Amino acid sequence: MKTILYIIQKEFKQIFRNKGMLPIIFVLPLLQLVILSNAATFEVKNIKFGYIDNDHTSTSRALIEKFNASTYFDVLTDFPSENIGSAAMLQGEVDVLLEIPRHFERDLQKEKRTNLGVTINAIDGAAAGVENVYVTQIVQNFNQHLKVDLMQISDKQVQPVAIETIPLFWYNETLNYKTFMVPGILVLLVTMITLFLSGMNIVREKEIGTLEQINVTPIKKSQFIIGKLFPFWVLGLGLLTIGLIIAKLIFDVPMVGSLVLMYFYTSIYILVVLGIGLFISNFTETQQQAMFIAWFFTVIFILMSGLFTPIESMPEWAQIITEFNPIKYFVEVMRMVMLKGSGFMDILPQLLKTLLYAVIMNGLAVWSYRKTN
Amino acid sequence: MSISVSHINKSYKTVKALQDISFEVKPGELFGLIGPDGAGKTTLFRILTTLLIADEGKATVAGFDVVTEYKNIRNSVGYMPGKFSLYQDLTVEENLNFFATIFGTTIEENYELIKDIYVQIEPFKDRRAGKLSGGMKQKLALSCALIHKPKVLFLDEPTTGVDPVSRKEFWEMLKRLQEKGITILVSTPYMDEAALCDRIALIQDGKILEIDTPEAIVRHYPKPIYNVRANNMYQLINSLNTYEFNHSVYPFGEFVHYTDRRTDFNPKELQAYLESKNLLNIEIEKTKPTIEDTFMELAKS
Repeated sequence: MKTILYIIQKEFKQIFRNKGMLPIIFVLPLLQLVILSNAATFEVKNIKFGYIDNDHTSTSRALIEKFNASTYFDVLTDFPSENIGSAAMLQGEVDVLLEIPRHFERDLQKEKRTNLGVTINAIDGAAAGVENVYVTQIVQNFNQHLKVDLMQISDKQVQPVAIETIPLFWYNETLNYKTFMVPGILVLLVTMITLFLSGMNIVREKEIGTLEQINVTPIKKSQFIIGKLFPFWVLGLGLLTIGLIIAKLIFDVPMVGSLVLMYFYTSIYILVVLGIGLFISNFTETQQQAMFIAWFFTVIFILMSGLFTPIESMPEWAQIITEFNPIKYFVEVMRMVMLKGSGFMDILPQLLKTLLYAVIMNGLAVWSYRKTN
Repeated sequence: MSISVSHINKSYKTVKALQDISFEVKPGELFGLIGPDGAGKTTLFRILTTLLIADEGKATVAGFDVVTEYKNIRNSVGYMPGKFSLYQDLTVEENLNFFATIFGTTIEENYELIKDIYVQIEPFKDRRAGKLSGGMKQKLALSCALIHKPKVLFLDEPTTGVDPVSRKEFWEMLKRLQEKGITILVSTPYMDEAALCDRIALIQDGKILEIDTPEAIVRHYPKPIYNVRANNMYQLINSLNTYEFNHSVYPFGEFVHYTDRRTDFNPKELQAYLESKNLLNIEIEKTKPTIEDTFMELAKS
């Protein structure tokens, strides 16, 4: 026990003496949390909007006025012809191009139907999808009002049956992106920092040759590993704490659930990460190699965690892969507990899977760690 | 026997690092492994310190088998790897404390043993190990290897890259440790250090060439050896190399060590030959062979 304590003490000393590492451990993650949480939203604003009005009637002007009134669109230009509009899109001057056909108003009144041409710049597919929804919403809304206005007396017997849906966003009523991005990014930071540091740590001893010196001592494998990894476990929980404080103070993210549960889950989750880190360091010879491998896995884990793209939208095979992604469970649990106030029983499946993961990873890591070769 | 090695073989893929190595080191002996870089010295050290498992053969250290009783060995040996491998970002004292703790002891308990060495670096005990000079790093590493009062001390090329004064000091420290009853196995590529050991093993390409005391090894040198000097070293070596009766020609400081193939060699003949090659100020005199000569001779065959 004394040995473990001494190794832990030594490890902390080394961490705090490493002047290059300290800011990376504490300052950068927090900067990332503040910057990313503000930046990573799926809302598309200030869409550059251009239109070609071939009709020039009060109805067509009313439609354009709708776009003008929307905060999402910056109505930029009125193009005289489709060709000029297309050229402008090629130049990147407009993102969305609306073409109102000739006889727009007349067709609406006479035939009760007409077509609109919408062209969206889909270089960024995600943004294009969102823009399409916005355009559709505005046009539909316009359509609703128009129906009532245009209806003739004779039509009044036939009441328009309009089904209106009013969505309620539970657990995040205003659909505030920060509310669900902050817990996710916090997860990312805790994972990245603990994985990188623990992965590089033992490799570092290999590099400077101290591992060889340690290996000829009577120290036990378990003592050494626990002593080396414990400081990073503490660091991970420390990061979570700082992150939660920032989430509360700066972003005012609701924390409905139990903090104790959050810490309990995180303490197990970090064990998984440390296990992976140790496993990586057993199979690498330099910090550089360890860094690259850790980075490779983190990128996959992050992109498949449901943090930036919903898991539900992934193909089935990818969804199966996400079952092996520890970050996915952490993101789920953090969001569930923080926003929904889920209790112990609700997160039990994730908890058990994480625990199993921790046991397997650490088992593999300890098994592959050799004092002799 | 403090260390006993019998028929050890070790290969790295196709490279035979050690071939049929056998030797014994008596308790309290200062035993030297002398050989050039790549001879297999470090591999042998790693096997004896339980870091590596030999392909074949048996070895015991302090009475314990290196494979089955490795745990006991780790308690009773001190190992100083060739490369400085202490924590550069910990201070002198912290390094020493760390190794004391993982061996389950304290600095105070075994202070007597390291006192001689440690007093020299004690003024810098709050300095980080990375900021020490080469000689001081050496002393710190030795202190760390000794902190748990080992029965056997393994020193892998301890003086490589150390200045001549520190080297001399270091060997004096080893002699004092030996007086305290510690068995020492030291490896070095420097032939002049070999003479300071009780017994040496000459090793090359994973094979032991000879094991004996330095004096005996030198005595075994089979031929009379001559110091040859002339005004032009380069031309002298060339001329000797083309001399039909030469046996060996090695530059040795300001001289060339020369041996002849004939048993009735007369230096006068050589003098005449060299004069015919337009060399001036020729001196030829008999000299005593050194360990280096012996090594070269053995390595040749």
